[in-house]
Amino acid sequence: MAEFSLPKNSRVTKGKHCPAPDGATNIRTFRVYRFDPDDGQNPRTDTYDVDMDTCGPMVLDALINIKSKMDTTLTFRRSCREGVCGSCAMNIDGTNTLACTKFIDEVKGEIAVYPLPHQSVIKDLVPNQSHFFAQYRQIEPWLKVDTPPPARERLQSPEDRERLDGLYECILCSCCSTACPSYWWNSDRYLGPAALLQSYRWLVDSRDEDAGNRLDQLEDPFRLYRCHTIMNCTRTCPKGLNPAKAIAEIKKMMVLRQV
Amino acid sequence: MTDQRPTSPHIQVYRWQYTMLLSILHRASGIALSIGALVLVAWLLAMAAGPDSYDRMQSLIGSNVGVVMLFGWTWALFYHLLNGLRHLFWDIGMGFELPQAFSTGITVVIGSVILTGASWFIGLSIFGGT
Repeated sequence: MAEFSLPKNSRVTKGKHCPAPDGATNIRTFRVYRFDPDDGQNPRTDTYDVDMDTCGPMVLDALINIKSKMDTTLTFRRSCREGVCGSCAMNIDGTNTLACTKFIDEVKGEIAVYPLPHQSVIKDLVPNQSHFFAQYRQIEPWLKVDTPPPARERLQSPEDRERLDGLYECILCSCCSTACPSYWWNSDRYLGPAALLQSYRWLVDSRDEDAGNRLDQLEDPFRLYRCHTIMNCTRTCPKGLNPAKAIAEIKKMMVLRQV
Repeated sequence: MTDQRPTSPHIQVYRWQYTMLLSILHRASGIALSIGALVLVAWLLAMAAGPDSYDRMQSLIGSNVGVVMLFGWTWALFYHLLNGLRHLFWDIGMGFELPQAFSTGITVVIGSVILTGASWFIGLSIFGGT
């Protein structure tokens, strides 16, 4: 059942304010969600005035700037800084995206930075993604075949390969799943847009021979059918993919195998 | 330890998207229509029970509050109908590109308002304001 308000231990309080260094003239303010598992306090939002003359253009640059110059305790994931690894997925200015590919200039006024929504928070901007990856594991994201291996690779025509476009690019950052209200309320049983897009990636792979079992696994009131085409997933995907359409294609496959 | 970890804010911080607004309106209008169906049944029952109860029901429905609610139900009906058509297209895999989702969404909203206005205009001009 949907629970709209946050539990008592999750209510966000107002935290401290870190002013910009003396002499800074070009300032942007970042309001950042903070949670320290060791202090026994509720989460809070700290504000940081960042001197933009010493900061790169992306939100991730600002977070690194804060961590190295203002507050070393700020914790977040990041790695590739070019939108490929998916580590720095977070909620920026109200929508989920990658901090490394989000321009600070795109946001007007104060820049609000929260962890991915409706997740268990380990520390600051780091959510626990074990469940998300367990769901990815559940769709068995690998090639499954019954036929004996050919002498060389399993070949695929350029047309069949094209059907994977818009699917293989998914980096599993979980922006889409954590933007989905259905996933917020039912993530214990609903697989969510990311895992379902990945599932479709194997369902349409011309080399895969396990589509029947894959669909059987999804034939469930929750795993697949909790998608109500809200389309927040497609609106927020930082790679421009369309999980809502992939899910609709799976639903079509479910029908087509019955007729 | 996991259960002591806070849940990150969700609906509190997520910026409202037109997609999620239209979606929740579809559900809300559906719920409103279920209640409206009960009112329709009550109206029919009142009619079956005789002129006195029918008059009472008519004055209830004809009151200011009743008219406003009927107007709301009319809009809920057309919104749910048109957005239901949008869902049918989605079910055959059409209309998933974001520009299409936006244009069909705005069509549904404008269409439902026009159809509501038109129904009331036609209804009032045929049956008068009574």
